[in-house]
Amino acid sequence: MSNAPDNSGRRKFLTLTTGVVGAIGAAAVAVPFVKSWSPSEKAKAAGAPVAVDISKIQPGQLIRVEWRGKPVWVVSRTQKVLDELSTLDDKLRDPASEQAQQPDYATNPLRSLKSEIFIAVGICTHLGCSPTYLPDSFSEQVEGVESGFFCPCHGSKFDMAGRVFQNVPAPLNLVIPPHYYVSESQIVIGLDKGDA
Amino acid sequence: MLKKLVLDGIDWVDARIPMTETWNKHLAQYPTPVNFNFWYFFGSLAMLVLVNQILTGIWLTMHYNPSAEGAFASIEYIMRDVPYGWLLRYMHSTGASAFFVVIYLHMFRGLIYGSYQKPRELIWIFGMLIFLVLMAEAFMGYLLPWGQMSFWGAQVIISLFGAIPIIGDDLTLWIRGDYVISGATLNRFFALHVVALPLALVALVFLHIVALHEVGSNNPDGVEIKQKKGTASEEAKGKFTFHKQYSGKKDIIDAVPFHPYFTVKDIMGVSGFLICFAAVIFFIPEGGGYFLEPPNFEAANGLKTPDHIAPVWYYTPYYAILRAIPDKLIGVVFFGGSIAILFLLPWLDRCKVKSIRYRSWKHKLNITQFIICFIVLGVLGALPATPLLTTVAQVASVGYFGFFIALWVYSKNEKTKPLPTRLTH
Repeated sequence: MSNAPDNSGRRKFLTLTTGVVGAIGAAAVAVPFVKSWSPSEKAKAAGAPVAVDISKIQPGQLIRVEWRGKPVWVVSRTQKVLDELSTLDDKLRDPASEQAQQPDYATNPLRSLKSEIFIAVGICTHLGCSPTYLPDSFSEQVEGVESGFFCPCHGSKFDMAGRVFQNVPAPLNLVIPPHYYVSESQIVIGLDKGDA
Repeated sequence: MLKKLVLDGIDWVDARIPMTETWNKHLAQYPTPVNFNFWYFFGSLAMLVLVNQILTGIWLTMHYNPSAEGAFASIEYIMRDVPYGWLLRYMHSTGASAFFVVIYLHMFRGLIYGSYQKPRELIWIFGMLIFLVLMAEAFMGYLLPWGQMSFWGAQVIISLFGAIPIIGDDLTLWIRGDYVISGATLNRFFALHVVALPLALVALVFLHIVALHEVGSNNPDGVEIKQKKGTASEEAKGKFTFHKQYSGKKDIIDAVPFHPYFTVKDIMGVSGFLICFAAVIFFIPEGGGYFLEPPNFEAANGLKTPDHIAPVWYYTPYYAILRAIPDKLIGVVFFGGSIAILFLLPWLDRCKVKSIRYRSWKHKLNITQFIICFIVLGVLGALPATPLLTTVAQVASVGYFGFFIALWVYSKNEKTKPLPTRLTH
């Protein structure tokens, strides 16, 4: 005990206060290091919304635009496709879009603002690959369903409203990005209507 | 005259830093079991590969351009224009795979001879941390060439963090530093790959060896070479002098000094290893698409997913477990769990007998099925998933985790063979 301090009560108090102040200081110093990993102002600017002109889109056609470096699909759905969508509920994981994978205004059976135009982020909800659009050969993947999206990485399947089929690795429906119609032929992707 | 000068020089240094003392303690008078076999090559080989990675890595950074715009082109520049750049890069890329070959064999050695058991739990823990850092190091290094597989592999692995409830999305954003994998991600991975993780790796290797030398090496018999002081015969103790750190408190039996006996043996191992290593570098540097994957010869493109995304071979067993489970969050939990459970091995094995030589048939069977499952998972993880293969992967995943559960159950009252009193050789 020869190394024990003369006044251990005082020593304990000093050790404790120094420790607490030091820990707060260390936590404060950690802030810039941790925060510097967040997206920079430049990255945020590059993530700005994009405008899409849909006046030239053909029925059944898919056009790809890039938003925040991700592929966003704009698909023109024919009446035949829309009819097929209402028959699939028992094959889907989340037919009513109960999981929050879309803005409120797209939480409807067709997952869109307008029934004929479907907009989704073209990235599989399993592990981030981009599924392939199969406008007329999807029945090889799901019997009796003519069109849909098939992910080549791990075999996930989505219908023409981006709803995921059962018994595939992807857990969730495709993400619907925030978007709104500026006019009949002009869509802005990346912003909700009120935020513009 | 010259000899006196050298000896005086050594004395001069020894008076200022414990050079000779350290040399004796850890090499020339470090007691090593006489019965080390083939499986004991891989510790020193791992250090050799680490040195190879650090050296070639430093040289590669001299020519590499860590930016989304310049990275892919700078790899082509290294391969085509830099004198011997191709060799330095192939030494580094082949070295990464060689590192895992060596480490997996080193871990297998620990597994069969019970080298993780008391009192060597911390050696195993430090070793597992080395393995974990090595996987992070290899993953981040694989992004740097900025090829298609670099990009999409990173995309898949980073999105795993997105499965964590509540914080998942913010966490992946924070890791990437952007809404997608971008230059920001590349640069931070570069910094971690060339500075942070190598420092951690070297520090952990140091601790691994300090812990090893404190308790001493295990051996294929799993019988300790340290006995109670004054109980061993002169014949058992042999003719060698060991450092008092070891021989002061215990009698050392059936041991030889590490240097020169095992330095020479390890040089043999190094020669054999270098023949194989050079053969790969010069004749199949891409490892048939397993060391360097074909899609990586195309620059990263975030709008075009390769048909089949497969991780490099050393991750495939865990990746197969991930894919075998149809639920994303549960899949990620088991993916992490497949590594985490290895940390618990010293406490899951409750048997007092270390080496497989003296353990029950159950243990031999269990290790055999574990290795088979591990290899099957490794093969499946590199193949595209089909319903049949997924079922096979599910069975193999059960075998993988079943190994640890079964071990915990039967090891408590395991019927073992009698241990020898001396090492067999």
